[in-house]
Amino acid sequence: MNRVNAVVVGAGAGGGIVAKELAVAGLSVVLLERGKWYTAADCRKDDLRNQRNTQLGNAFGPEDKGNPRVWVDAKGAAHTVVASEGAYSNNAACVGGGTLSWGAQAWRFMPQDFKMRSTYGAPSGSSLEDWPISYDDLEPFYDKAEYEIGVSGDYSGTPFHAPRKRPLPMPPLPPNREFGILEPAAKRLGLHPLHIPMARNSVPYNGRGPCMRCRWCVGFVCEVDAKNGSQNTVIPVALNTGNCELRTECQVKEILTDEHGRARGVSYFDERGRLQEQLSDLVVVSACATESARLLLNSRSKLYPDGIGNRYDQVGRNLQGHYYSGALGFFDQETYDDLGPGASIAVMDYNHGTPGLVGGGMLANEFIRLPIQMVDRMPQGTPRWGLGHKQAMRRFYKRNIAVMGPTQQIPSADARVTLDPNIRDQYGIPVVRISGNVHPHTFEIGAKQAQRAEAWLKEAGAIATELSGGRPEVVQAGQHQAGTCRMGNDPRSSVVDRTCRVHDVDNVFVIDSSVHVNNGGFNPALTIMAIAYYASDALVKGWKGGGYRS
Amino acid sequence: MDDGGRSQDVTRRQFVALGTLGGAALAAGCGSKASGGWEFLRDAQATTLKAICDQIIPKDDYPSASEAGVLNYIDRQLVRHYRPHQGAYRDGLEQAEAQSRERFGKAIAELGAADQLAVVTDMERDHHSFFEMVRDHTLEGYYGSPRHGGNRDELSWKMLGLGDPPLLGRAQYDLTKEPQQ
Repeated sequence: MNRVNAVVVGAGAGGGIVAKELAVAGLSVVLLERGKWYTAADCRKDDLRNQRNTQLGNAFGPEDKGNPRVWVDAKGAAHTVVASEGAYSNNAACVGGGTLSWGAQAWRFMPQDFKMRSTYGAPSGSSLEDWPISYDDLEPFYDKAEYEIGVSGDYSGTPFHAPRKRPLPMPPLPPNREFGILEPAAKRLGLHPLHIPMARNSVPYNGRGPCMRCRWCVGFVCEVDAKNGSQNTVIPVALNTGNCELRTECQVKEILTDEHGRARGVSYFDERGRLQEQLSDLVVVSACATESARLLLNSRSKLYPDGIGNRYDQVGRNLQGHYYSGALGFFDQETYDDLGPGASIAVMDYNHGTPGLVGGGMLANEFIRLPIQMVDRMPQGTPRWGLGHKQAMRRFYKRNIAVMGPTQQIPSADARVTLDPNIRDQYGIPVVRISGNVHPHTFEIGAKQAQRAEAWLKEAGAIATELSGGRPEVVQAGQHQAGTCRMGNDPRSSVVDRTCRVHDVDNVFVIDSSVHVNNGGFNPALTIMAIAYYASDALVKGWKGGGYRS
Repeated sequence: MDDGGRSQDVTRRQFVALGTLGGAALAAGCGSKASGGWEFLRDAQATTLKAICDQIIPKDDYPSASEAGVLNYIDRQLVRHYRPHQGAYRDGLEQAEAQSRERFGKAIAELGAADQLAVVTDMERDHHSFFEMVRDHTLEGYYGSPRHGGNRDELSWKMLGLGDPPLLGRAQYDLTKEPQQ
């Protein structure tokens, strides 16, 4: 195959943007994606097989068959799991990655999220660090992401949002009933509610129409293509340049290196399972935190016996996701109005500044719940089956509000991705092994967040509340997975530099959530996108034509 | 929960007919069906499973699990996504019958509602993991998408007051106005 300037591995939030930015700048790009390209016609409204409810499998990859992983429990026992099981920590495998079927919350992090160690100090035993870049470095690229991908919402209700140069490009969707119930309650508590920023068209934007507010939202591809991801924004732009070729159903095996230790391309199994090589001047790894780490670890050679970027045993460490914490409130009045996406109102009052807590998190109302999502969430004391359960479903299905949010992760170097020594995937490639957990202070923050969510629901008139709780046995990386190829100035404690370039290989980049030093108290996708624009900008500026040299 | 056994209102003949109808409609093109209309279950197993499912979601003013097609759902999935659970169902249903005969001297389907409930409660205690699986699958078949053979005619959604959603969206906006910032 023809040598190209860049191979990008993974067509998700990060890789899609990198492919577009490089292709627009004139580089020849091959974008490799292990999944398929789905469209709005693949919505299917299947409550049991989507990306959030996976009783019958993942709708948007990977398939259960042929893609195992292993996780290690607290006692050290290893368990092999398939992709639709929770401990697998799946995101998605498709063009668009997680942004095809996400809820589309598109938050900016706050300036403190980039300075966690210097703001709070690192809890003992944690690997909490500052980023080598600041919010100000990313601000122009957050802006670019909001306008190119398309974000609706309104930050003006809160004084806590990060400095920004202009409002979001689209107004929020009109408030739903939960917004109407929660907003006055938040204000009575002295909180500052805002309309959640969402990568969802509230008005016609970017050549596509607005949200029709159906109930099949998070977990599904949007039936009217009003939800914005890389698959319907930047990737089509990349392809339209004529400089980018997208190859789907291609599983990358390893990054190939030459005798000097520089990358010369990748080898991959194509859609028919044939092993291919794609040579390139540079390689961008954007396969998400678990799979990017796996690819680096699998890229072993004489010069890199433990994998690329892994000279100091850093690849795969600091795995984190988000511990979701909050409360469910039950009401006498009907709270359900059948208006998707459902999630509509949030507060940022609790993200930072609580004495004794290292950060906090955003709290928001949950996405609209399908009936199957409520069967295990009836009030305490409700029978789990039988007539009492059926009656409770009738009484409470339309009378509940959940308030929750992503708890700031206090990372631990022991929470990590390694390669399983025994289990291989359908191509014979060693698979991801997940072990360890985030620092326990994470769960202390979560417990406080749950109390705060409960207080908000009670103020809003909840007659009964249930707090989320429990401590998972292993790190829950899932759709918010991050941290495995941490960005930093010191090669001994990080994998990539401040431009996302692997420390010891000057033409390999990791551009996705793997580089997050900390995952913030917000859904991380817009930050992945901002970093992709930021890193692409640096990459293009460093591009000398015909070959990449630092 | 004492009136849970009103699932007996549906006779076995009616039940098999319902099952065949629903199954045939949804399995069209999927090849020939076994004698009782099931893809995996034997008729006797289906009878046992029906009694259990109808205790998990009994009939009241709204349909029971089996009336809503839950057995179709489980049967179909046992040759699809839940194929790995075939053995657990074979063994678990046999154990349920053994428990019923040991305690009441009869097959579970021949018991009255209160005794059926007692057998299923025993099952929850003594064969917990199998019970939990049947419970989860029953709720999926009842409250999940009709496309998999359960939730016939969206019966559970109608019970919860969920009609087919109207097309909202554009009606929510005055598109003659400029977006407000």
